[in-house]
Amino acid sequence: MAILIGILTSVGVYLMLHRTLTRIVLGVGMLGNAVNLMIIAAGGPPGEAPIVGRDGPFADPVPQALVLTAIVIGFGIISILLAVAYRSWTIDGNDEVEDDISDRQMASVRDPSDFVEEPDDRYSQEELL
Amino acid sequence: MSRLLPLAVVIPLAGAVLTLATVRVARAQRIIGVVAALATLGWCIAIAVSVDRDGALHAVMGDWPAPIGINMVADRFAAMMLVIGSAMLAAVLVFAIGARASDERSPWYQPAYMVLMAGVSAAFLAGDLFNFFVAVEILLMSSYVLITLEGVDDQIRSGTTYIVINVLESILLVMAVALVFAATGTLSMADLPARLAALPDGVRLGLNLLLLLAFGLKAAIFPLFSWLPDSYPAAPSPVTAVFAGLLTKIGVYAMVRTETLLFPGSLRTVLLVIAGLTMVVGVLGAIAQSDMKRILSFHIVSQIGYMVMGLALGGAAAIAATIFFILHQIPIKTSLFLVEGIVERDTGSSILGKVSGLGRRSGWLALLFLVSSLSLAGLPPFSGFIGKVGLAEAAVDQGQWWILAVSLAVSVLTLVSMLKIWTGLFWGPSNTRGAEGGGMLRHHPLMSGITVGVVGIGLAIALAAGPLYRYCERAAESIVNPVEYETTVNGQAAGR
Repeated sequence: MAILIGILTSVGVYLMLHRTLTRIVLGVGMLGNAVNLMIIAAGGPPGEAPIVGRDGPFADPVPQALVLTAIVIGFGIISILLAVAYRSWTIDGNDEVEDDISDRQMASVRDPSDFVEEPDDRYSQEELL
Repeated sequence: MSRLLPLAVVIPLAGAVLTLATVRVARAQRIIGVVAALATLGWCIAIAVSVDRDGALHAVMGDWPAPIGINMVADRFAAMMLVIGSAMLAAVLVFAIGARASDERSPWYQPAYMVLMAGVSAAFLAGDLFNFFVAVEILLMSSYVLITLEGVDDQIRSGTTYIVINVLESILLVMAVALVFAATGTLSMADLPARLAALPDGVRLGLNLLLLLAFGLKAAIFPLFSWLPDSYPAAPSPVTAVFAGLLTKIGVYAMVRTETLLFPGSLRTVLLVIAGLTMVVGVLGAIAQSDMKRILSFHIVSQIGYMVMGLALGGAAAIAATIFFILHQIPIKTSLFLVEGIVERDTGSSILGKVSGLGRRSGWLALLFLVSSLSLAGLPPFSGFIGKVGLAEAAVDQGQWWILAVSLAVSVLTLVSMLKIWTGLFWGPSNTRGAEGGGMLRHHPLMSGITVGVVGIGLAIALAAGPLYRYCERAAESIVNPVEYETTVNGQAAGR
């Protein structure tokens, strides 16, 4: 179980480090499932269903309740990520995450020394917008 | 009273259901939304009064006792956050209706906003770590919807960053929850302190760091802040105002809870260094920007540094100052973003230089901005000063001179960047390149009324600083000595 959690986590982290949203979604799924398994593992050894009237070693019901909630939340997260990825695809034709405005602004300045000498960077931003 | 505690969550959820049912009738949605928001605010005030008089309140769902059932706890700190939080949410809702922003016209705005309210209330009331996670998920989910509601290019781009970062934060939080459960066998905030104290040092440190990482990502502290100034400005201003005022503070709230209740007195120096770096990096980022919205977003980061500073200093006095600082910061940040929202709506831009001379075109707006920015910088008559004096006193008491020096320097730099907005947007001759020429600006009465109201709350905090500060001190007392918290939860559970 611990090894499986480790594999899922590392694959998930690797996928999340990509720039394409579909891979990020897959990575989130992997990581989410790794954590769900982790909660189950935290619950200790399996046992009887904890219902009044039975005897014997019971399974801890709390982590099962937790993991159910976590699975539902994970489903919600993945569906909203997919929706965003689809929207991004209809707008751009790809699903890569772009740099933010400041990054693009800095990148548009070819020589860094120009940027320092320029008294105010508002003009370059105006051109961009 | 205790049993009705969940109403703070139930009212907005009911509002969400009703606004979903009336999805075709925009007017009905607005009325339901405002009524639900005001009802929540009223109930939160009732909770706060009752908590201050009779001590912490505690409610369990469906009569399942604490370690198994869902429990909600309101102590003074939580009650205070509830009041200020729901007040801001109600105010911004009315502002958004007045703004007639393109996203507010979407039929899905009101339901998402109501769910956000429910999530905020649930997060402040959460009595165990897992419920806190669920509450944070609720509010994050609706914030994802709100930040990408218009679905235009820029929103999707920065919304993606926001969503992915917050999903990562949630995963880290569940991971921390699973490990805490594996190590202690409980998640109730009342049982955890004793069980955690019994753990070996290494395990405790690991759990502490993992929780700090998750909450720090939410609160945008120093190495983990870069997502915030990128994603917040893309959302429409009313939404940004709520996010800026509240969402990062929930991360801070969780950090205060974990550092005082669960892991008292550990990692002080690390937190202090992080606090200093957060302040400095945030304010330097703000000075470098030339869009009002982005400047303000960097200030969120910088001000978080002050809160972490108080938390790191520890002790009742510093925690009281931190609580007061959070209390003042929420309306001030919200009002600054509301002013920005008015500027952007009435002139079409918030970039310094593109718009200028607003002081001539709208004296009121300039005044509102001036009051809240001076308060943000912490000049004497305003509320920011009182919070900062409290923090400074705590730093002097503990002989941490360098953090005092850093915090004072950052205050000056905050003022500098606020002056940059002032000279860029409000001072000087009116700029006729604006969309509608250089005439006087006419504001929507709802928008300006609400902004005046929120700035008024900020001023009221300064005027009523004495009683409020004493309330914060009492709240800090009950945080530093969590006996009350534990007996409220466990005493009721045992008495059943």
